[in-house]
Amino acid sequence: MPDDFVIAIASGKGGTGKTTIATNLAHYAARSGQKVQYLDCDVEEPNGHIFLKPKIDRSQQVTIDIPQVDLEKCIGCGKCGEICQYSAIICIKENVLTFEQLCHSCGGCMRVCPADAIKPKPLNIGDIELGKAGNVDFVHGKLRIGNVRTPSLIKEVKKHIKEDHLAIIDVPPGTSCPVVEAVKGADFVLLVTEPTPFGLNDLKLAVGLVRKMKLTFAVTVNRYGIGDDRIEKYCKAEEIEIVLKLPDDRRIAEAYSTGQIIVDVLSEYRKEFSELYEYIKSVKAGIDDKKRLRVRRKNNS
Amino acid sequence: MKIAITSTGRTLDSQVDPRFGRAACFIIIDTETMDFNAIENENVAAAGGAGISSAKVVIDAGAEAVLTGNCGPNAQRTLSAAGIKLHTGATGTVAEAVELFKSGKLAEASGPNVEPHFGMDK
Repeated sequence: MPDDFVIAIASGKGGTGKTTIATNLAHYAARSGQKVQYLDCDVEEPNGHIFLKPKIDRSQQVTIDIPQVDLEKCIGCGKCGEICQYSAIICIKENVLTFEQLCHSCGGCMRVCPADAIKPKPLNIGDIELGKAGNVDFVHGKLRIGNVRTPSLIKEVKKHIKEDHLAIIDVPPGTSCPVVEAVKGADFVLLVTEPTPFGLNDLKLAVGLVRKMKLTFAVTVNRYGIGDDRIEKYCKAEEIEIVLKLPDDRRIAEAYSTGQIIVDVLSEYRKEFSELYEYIKSVKAGIDDKKRLRVRRKNNS
Repeated sequence: MKIAITSTGRTLDSQVDPRFGRAACFIIIDTETMDFNAIENENVAAAGGAGISSAKVVIDAGAEAVLTGNCGPNAQRTLSAAGIKLHTGATGTVAEAVELFKSGKLAEASGPNVEPHFGMDK
């Protein structure tokens, strides 16, 4: 397979099997000789390591800048509080209060302060750990408890994406800012869902998000066989491709509950992940063709 | 003494709004003359920091005490920085809360009585 491809495994609903799909795909592709990188961007609750069992060999602290006010220099003009859209800094009489968890590090307060009384101060929001899980290159972010700057940490995790690898991003659930940050720039998004009313409701939200971001995507149905055919009906009507249907099999749940990789312990499911891997290769080939065509057109004109 | 009461409406008959940061209205009232005015709270639907911004509104209005149902830590810290006394647990109408406060039956809160984001989704 050609390298340099970023695939994001996302879902609207939580607990549909993003990590199951992401870790098994990473494991399967690496077994097939592919250079694979797995990046767990579900930094509030990373759990890919439970299945891939990486050997962590280095880590890095991630900090953001928050304002630190020198009250000796402060003239109490209140301009810092006026510009802040998040109420992270406010001038009350001669006092300036800062609320570090509300700060988005825009630097506005520091710029408008006429007394040069506000300086950036680092706030540690989380850690990134890197290592190897067999042949899989492993990266995950861990947000520190009590911190809320999830997208900032995800952005730092994604800086570790290696260009000569197939990068698999494990995306947080939902459709809010952390998800937007995690899927941003992905060549392909796989939306994992389940055939239940909740699954469909949240899939629709996720489809809305990836369409708005103009990302190429397809759907995977996990626990196929429960519920009904509402996901298939919806995907057909919306002309969305379903690339993998992983059946509702108690043995998969058992393997999951003991932190095992399905393609290792239930060899019959290798076929499913092989098909998924082949599908991703074909998507990649399609994108490359389009790129080549664009270059050719550009050269001809 | 000028005080602020979180209110669901613009009159003294309105119910006390149990939320501070995301209260519909602030009634600013002079406890001696009972003259009052109502301020609509623009922070009702703020994305974040509603308590802090609302505290700023109350401070700028010149209130010396706040009567409300519940108040979170960020708003409490802001009010306290301005020396404003906080009284939580107020219920009933705004007029009733003011009477209770005047008779000294609404105790001053020693700190916030709810977590941040208490007033969201209400």
